[in-house]
Amino acid sequence: MANVPEDLHYSKDHEWVRVEGDQAVIGITDYAQDSLGDVVYVELPKPGDEFATNESFGSVESVKAVSEVFTPVSGVVAMINESLADEPETVNSDPYGTGWMIRVRMSNPGEVDSLLTAAEYEDFTKAEKE
Amino acid sequence: MLESIGLKAADELFDSIPDNLLLRRQLNTPAALSESELLARFDQMGALNAGARRISFLGGGAYSHYVPTIVDHIISRSEFFTAYTPYQPEISQGTLQTIFEFQTLVCQLTGMEVANASMYDGSTALAEAVLMAERITRRTKVVSPTSVHPQYLEVVKTYVQHAGIHLELVQFDEQTGQYGEALASSMDDQTAAVVVQSPNFFGCVEDLTAIAEAAHAKGSLLIVAITEAISLGVLKSPGECGADIVVAEGQSFGVPLSFGGPYVGLFATREKYARQIPGRLVGEAFDKQGRRGFVLTLATREQHIRREKATSNICTNEGLIALAATVYLETMGRRGIQEVAHQCVQKAAYAAKRIAALPGFSLPFSAPIFNEFVVRAPGAARELLARLASEKSIDGGLALSRFIPNRENHFLVCVTETNTREQIDALVDGLGSVSINN
Repeated sequence: MANVPEDLHYSKDHEWVRVEGDQAVIGITDYAQDSLGDVVYVELPKPGDEFATNESFGSVESVKAVSEVFTPVSGVVAMINESLADEPETVNSDPYGTGWMIRVRMSNPGEVDSLLTAAEYEDFTKAEKE
Repeated sequence: MLESIGLKAADELFDSIPDNLLLRRQLNTPAALSESELLARFDQMGALNAGARRISFLGGGAYSHYVPTIVDHIISRSEFFTAYTPYQPEISQGTLQTIFEFQTLVCQLTGMEVANASMYDGSTALAEAVLMAERITRRTKVVSPTSVHPQYLEVVKTYVQHAGIHLELVQFDEQTGQYGEALASSMDDQTAAVVVQSPNFFGCVEDLTAIAEAAHAKGSLLIVAITEAISLGVLKSPGECGADIVVAEGQSFGVPLSFGGPYVGLFATREKYARQIPGRLVGEAFDKQGRRGFVLTLATREQHIRREKATSNICTNEGLIALAATVYLETMGRRGIQEVAHQCVQKAAYAAKRIAALPGFSLPFSAPIFNEFVVRAPGAARELLARLASEKSIDGGLALSRFIPNRENHFLVCVTETNTREQIDALVDGLGSVSINN
């Protein structure tokens, strides 16, 4: 069973969001990394790039496929996880920790409320599996 | 055969075509010829190609070099000659190995770290390099001096015109024939790349190191284009000069002129940009028993996986011609390529010196050259060259007026190792006598 931490927010594109003040840390879920398989490359934006909600901010390349990743909330990129350039496999081993992708300064923190809760996301992935 | 597919006559194969679309008469073609008649007919037609038998000093993007017999022999082997894009590693180790060797040779020649399996030709490789620079820098302006081959610039414009990339041309330096000081100052923080050709369209060798530094200072990339790849045999490699992407026309490596194609594009870059490369890429791998093998690699950049986000719509390579280039380079070896390049330099220098000494003729540009140079004639170059061709059976060069306005008296002369001293002397004498009788 995929790990779905209680304290995070989730998107239907399988990204998670951790709110820290006015900033949001974004990555992909355990369910997503498990479906993708071994991640070999993560393409990320540059700090300062601005994104609307549900905009493609990069891509995750696994041995099976390339998938785009989308911004669950709008804002300006404050920081990217540069260690993914050398260790993309941390997206697999620690998707909610060292495998985080970008940190966004949210332009509208209220957007978080429209995301899924852990329980809702769990139901969503179950439904998607069936 | 008809019986086994359940038909009575061959005509029944066409039953599904509406009656009014069927041609009810014989095709209007000449009667069949015997083999000997056919060969005689081809000889006759071939003789009409007067230009093919003239002494030639034509360059400008396609170059006459000696092609060792082994090149045709190897590429004519049916395993190579008839196969279409055989990339499955289980059955195509031979093809994949030759591509890997090709890539290795391109890296060695250009001084770069990664090369792809080849592009259609030099000009399309340049266009792909411009698109790649936009992907890497996420900037949309590209600058280029007008000393880059005009047809290469046309191809780039065609590729980028709807991609939101703006190509800005900067006038070359009229004294030197190289890019001018205005090139560096035309770059700003929106410039994705600067494109420089060396040796350039006028045959002049450009200062790549200086423009690399200027580009990098603005966070821009240096794209180097090469039309005469033999020059890599003597010139400092673009990689050593700081180039970020190097593209070249590979025709000089064992590929006959053949009316302009098929040729082969070389494409090389830095390893850090490998994921932005267009086209196929072959890598070295090891199987379960630890044996060396070759496979396509980084295929996730490509169209069949990444769809519209692919780095390019090229999903193949110029396989057979890349093989010809590989066989040529491996036959000639490092010393052979250097020798060809040295002969080009020396013969071109001899020709330039003798032509410049003719009354009324001069060399308008001061920069060092490789095997091409511009000549200023006492009259219109187009007429002069036409008379040289008809009266002396010599193609003396390329009239620049075809590409650049206000250059009626200028023409581009190319000298390679295939031109003998007698031919060069005949060119000089021909130019002298034709211009006097003008």
